[in-house]
Amino acid sequence: MMENNVTTQQKTQGMTLVVKKICQFIAPTIFLFGIYVTIHGHLSPGGGFTGGVIMASAFIFQILSDGSILDKLRAEKWRLELTESLAIFTFLILAVLGLIIATTSVFFANFIPVGKLGDLISGGMIPIGNVIIGIEVCAAITSIFVALLIFKDEESL
Amino acid sequence: MEIYLIIMLVLMILGSIYSLHAKDLLSAVVSYGIVGFALVISFLMLYAPDLAIVQVVVEIITLIIMIAVITNATHEEQKREYNFSNIFYLGTILLFVVVFFIVLARMMGDLGYFGQDLMRMANVYIDSAHEAGSANIVTGILFHFRAYDTLGEATVLFTAVIGVLTILRHYGKKKEVK
Repeated sequence: MMENNVTTQQKTQGMTLVVKKICQFIAPTIFLFGIYVTIHGHLSPGGGFTGGVIMASAFIFQILSDGSILDKLRAEKWRLELTESLAIFTFLILAVLGLIIATTSVFFANFIPVGKLGDLISGGMIPIGNVIIGIEVCAAITSIFVALLIFKDEESL
Repeated sequence: MEIYLIIMLVLMILGSIYSLHAKDLLSAVVSYGIVGFALVISFLMLYAPDLAIVQVVVEIITLIIMIAVITNATHEEQKREYNFSNIFYLGTILLFVVVFFIVLARMMGDLGYFGQDLMRMANVYIDSAHEAGSANIVTGILFHFRAYDTLGEATVLFTAVIGVLTILRHYGKKKEVK
């Protein structure tokens, strides 16, 4: 138990104060840019996959600068897995809703009315799908990174 | 335009060959980055900004994750011994290369000029993309005509995460970590 505390404390230090503060300024900006790319996926280059990876890079940035606080990361791993599973399940439900509600009854049918081309709220199901895929990709890539950190520490126990 | 693309492709091939033969695994990973970033520039030259953005971000995150993996593993590659079986492998590779180039030379005659599409589907997609209500044609195709494909990609990512979590852990769920 004592050894565990020592190793945890050694790894919580992270980088210097300058790097930590700069990261605290930049990481929210990167996260906001990821949200922008995801929401505007049907208007400008980008989309769910791109925005999700950008959002995940904000989290990875923060973890790298602050050092891996393993107790917090272990708690986050469970939530990340839940988020990822729920997101992909919601995407599947959206597809089945197209089968049930839409008049054409096709898997993945666009049952929400398509607005004016070029508006932010247009395209029916496309922005919703973008957001769901963005959440899924973000949780997936962050959980791979967190898993590498956590299981490396388990080996040294 | 095409000459710059060829330069990028040659750079990619050189980078991948070097990463195969590098002595240190870290330098192999870094030289593998050449492939990714040259691919980004190639995508920009071919007017595919969507793919270029994805490739840039994924390349950087992959580099970070690969370095995190390498710090756990040994740096140096193990030595190889040359014996009869290696000569056999070399012969097989040469045979494959010869067959590949014969087939390629026959196939090249049927191809159109650079950038021409061979399938009828591509034109149908582009002409009817506005029906999806998306100003970005790529997203319109991905979430309307080919939403099955998107679901498949998301499933592949989900499976990859489950695979990483299963392979990397040292203790099962039932045994508690002290």
